[in-house]
Amino acid sequence: MAGIPHDQYEPTTGAEKWVHRRIPILGLLYDTLMIPTPKNLNWMWIWGIVLTFTLLLQIITGIVLVMHYTPHVDLAFGSVEHIMRNVNGGWALRYIHANGASLFFIAVYAHIFRNLYYGSYKAPREITWVIGIVIYLLMMGTAFMGYVLPWGQMSFWGATVITGLFGAIPFVGEGLQTWLLGGPAVDNATLTRFFSLHYLMPFLILGLTIVHIWSFHSTGNNNPTGVEVRRTSKEEAKRDTLPFWPYFVIKDAFALAVILLVFFAVVGFMPNYLGHPDNYIEANALATPAHIVPEWYFLPFYAILRAFTADVWIVIAANWITGGIVDAKFFGVVAMFGAIVAMALAPWLDTSSVRSGRYRPMFKWFFLVLVIDFFALMWLGAMPAEEPWASLSLIASTYWFAYFLVVLPLLGVFEKPLARPATIEEAYANEHGGSTGGGSGKATAATPAE
Amino acid sequence: MSPMGIHGLIHAFHAGPRAGPKTRTGDGFVSHADDHAGTRRDFLYYATGAAGVVVTGAAVWPLVNQMNPSADVQALASIDVDVSTLEPGTQLTVKWLGKPVFVRRRTQEEIDAATGVEMSELPDPNAENANLDPAADASDANRAIPGFDDGDVASGEWLVMIGVCTHLGCVPLGDAGDFGGWFCPCHGSHYDTAGRIRQGPAPRNLPVPVAQFTDPTTIKLG
Repeated sequence: MAGIPHDQYEPTTGAEKWVHRRIPILGLLYDTLMIPTPKNLNWMWIWGIVLTFTLLLQIITGIVLVMHYTPHVDLAFGSVEHIMRNVNGGWALRYIHANGASLFFIAVYAHIFRNLYYGSYKAPREITWVIGIVIYLLMMGTAFMGYVLPWGQMSFWGATVITGLFGAIPFVGEGLQTWLLGGPAVDNATLTRFFSLHYLMPFLILGLTIVHIWSFHSTGNNNPTGVEVRRTSKEEAKRDTLPFWPYFVIKDAFALAVILLVFFAVVGFMPNYLGHPDNYIEANALATPAHIVPEWYFLPFYAILRAFTADVWIVIAANWITGGIVDAKFFGVVAMFGAIVAMALAPWLDTSSVRSGRYRPMFKWFFLVLVIDFFALMWLGAMPAEEPWASLSLIASTYWFAYFLVVLPLLGVFEKPLARPATIEEAYANEHGGSTGGGSGKATAATPAE
Repeated sequence: MSPMGIHGLIHAFHAGPRAGPKTRTGDGFVSHADDHAGTRRDFLYYATGAAGVVVTGAAVWPLVNQMNPSADVQALASIDVDVSTLEPGTQLTVKWLGKPVFVRRRTQEEIDAATGVEMSELPDPNAENANLDPAADASDANRAIPGFDDGDVASGEWLVMIGVCTHLGCVPLGDAGDFGGWFCPCHGSHYDTAGRIRQGPAPRNLPVPVAQFTDPTTIKLG
C-alpha cells in the first residue's frame, strides 16, 4: 500500500496469526488506526471524527425511529407524535436525530472551510476533495428528504418548492418533476419514495466515507503548514508524525466530548431552536405557511438560488443568448448547483503552488471575506425576497463565484508567498520552543499539551 | 450500424501509413491493431456489447418507470365538482391533481371591474387559459369559462383557476388584495377579480385549467 513509510503489522498471538494467514483484515485495521499523522495538526483537524461519529449517530437513531414511524400521508404526522409521546424515550431519539442533522452540517462546513484555508484540496488530494463534495451533496439530499417525513407544513411546502427547481429545467423539467414526485404534486407517492431514499442514502455516504478515508490514507493528511511529511525514510517520517492511535484518537475524543456536551444541551433544553413551528402543523395542500424557509444549512445556497432574478443583467443576457430557454428560475437553479460545482473545481482553479493559507498574505484576506460571505448568504437566505436583501444577496452570490473563478486563479500569479518551513519537524519546533513533540522513536513519551 | 464502421474509423486516425494486415509483437501475440478490415472477433465484440446494453436498459427501465404516476394517481386526473351551493360572490376550493382549484361564481360588479381594465395595464397579457388558443389575450371574457347554457361564449359568471401563485407556488387568499381578487401572503402578489396578476413579483396570471360544465351544477375538471 502506498503511503508514508511506517512499521508493518506483525501478528503476535496465535489467533492473530491464524486470521492473518487467511484474510489481511487485521493488518488493514492496524494500518488504518496506526497511520502516521502529522504531529502539528491543530483543532480544525477534529471534524473528520465528529462527522464519522455523527453519521453513525444518525444511522443508529434513524434505524430505531423507523421501527415506530409510518410513511403514509394520513399516518406520518400522527406517528411522529406517537414517537414523541408514547414510545419509550422516543422524544430523545427524535430530537437527537433532528438536531444531529444540524451537528452534521456544522461539522461539514467547518471541515470544508478548513480544507479551503489550508489548501487540502490541492494535489495530490483532489480525489479526496471531490469525494467529499459528493458526500456533502448526498448529505443535502438525505437531509432534505428526511425533513419531508414528519409531513408537517414545512415538510410539504419545502418539498414543493425544492422539487419545483427540477421543473425549471427547460424541455424535460415538467416530466422530470412528475417522475420525481410520482404525480402532479407532492403526495403519498412522494412521501414513500423519500422514505426509501432517506434510508438508503446514509449507507451510500458510509461507503463513500470509507473511500474518502482510504484516499487520504494514501496521500497522508494535510497539515497547517501544507508541507508534506517526508517519505524519504521511515526515521524522517517518524520525526514529522505521530501514530493516529493513541495521540489523535484521544485528542479527537476530547474534542468530540466537548462538542457533544453542547449538542446534548441543545437536545435537552432547546430541541426546537433550529426547527420551524410550522412543521408542527400537519401538511395541508390547500394552505401555504406565510414564509417558506429551508433549514439553516441550506440557506446560503437558497440565497444564491433567489439572487438571480429576471432584472439582473447576466440573467437577461443568458435569456437573450439562449432565445428565452434560460429564464430567471432556471438560471437560479444553475447558479445554486454551480456554486457547489465551482467549489468542487477548486483544485484546478487554484493556481498557487503554496498549499496553506498561513503563507499566503493576500489569500488570507480573500478567504476571510469568503467566510463572512458564507454567513451573510446564510442570513440573507432567511430574509424575505425584497430590498435591500435582494441586492445584498446578489452581491454576496457574486463574491462566492468570484472567489473560485477569479480570485483563486489570479492569486497564484500575483501573490508573493511567505517563506515556508522546510519540514513539519522544523515548523513544530519553531512553534513549541524547540520541543520535538516526540515521534522520534517508540520510546519517546508524548509532550504534555502546551 | 456496421460492426466494422467505428473500428475502421478509429484506425483511420491512428494507424498512419498503412501497415501490413497483422503485426507480430515482441510477446508473440498477434496484434489486430493495424487491421483495417473488420474481423470476426470485432463483430463478436460489438454484438455482445450491443446485447449487453439492450439487456441492461430493459432491466433498468422498469425500475425507472415505477416512479412515474401510478394508475390510481392517473385515475384522478379528471374529477367532477358540484357547484350547486355557490351563490354569486362566493367561491369554493377543491383539490385536483394535488393542487387547490378555485371555483368562483362572480357578481356583476366583479365582472365589470375586470372588464374595465385596459390590456396595457396587465403584466401578463396572455389568457393562460387551457381551454383556449395559447395566444388568446387576457381579456375578462377569455379568463372565465362558459356556463352550462352559454354555448361557446362565456357570460363571465364562472371563474375556475388553479390556486397556486405563479411566483413561488404559495396558495393566494380569496377576497383580498388591492384589486379585490386574490392576494398571495408569501411575497405580496395581487391578483384582480379575473385572477390576473396586477402587482407584485408573480410573473403570470393564475392559470385556468381544462374545465367545462357537464350539467347545470357540475363542472368537470380535466
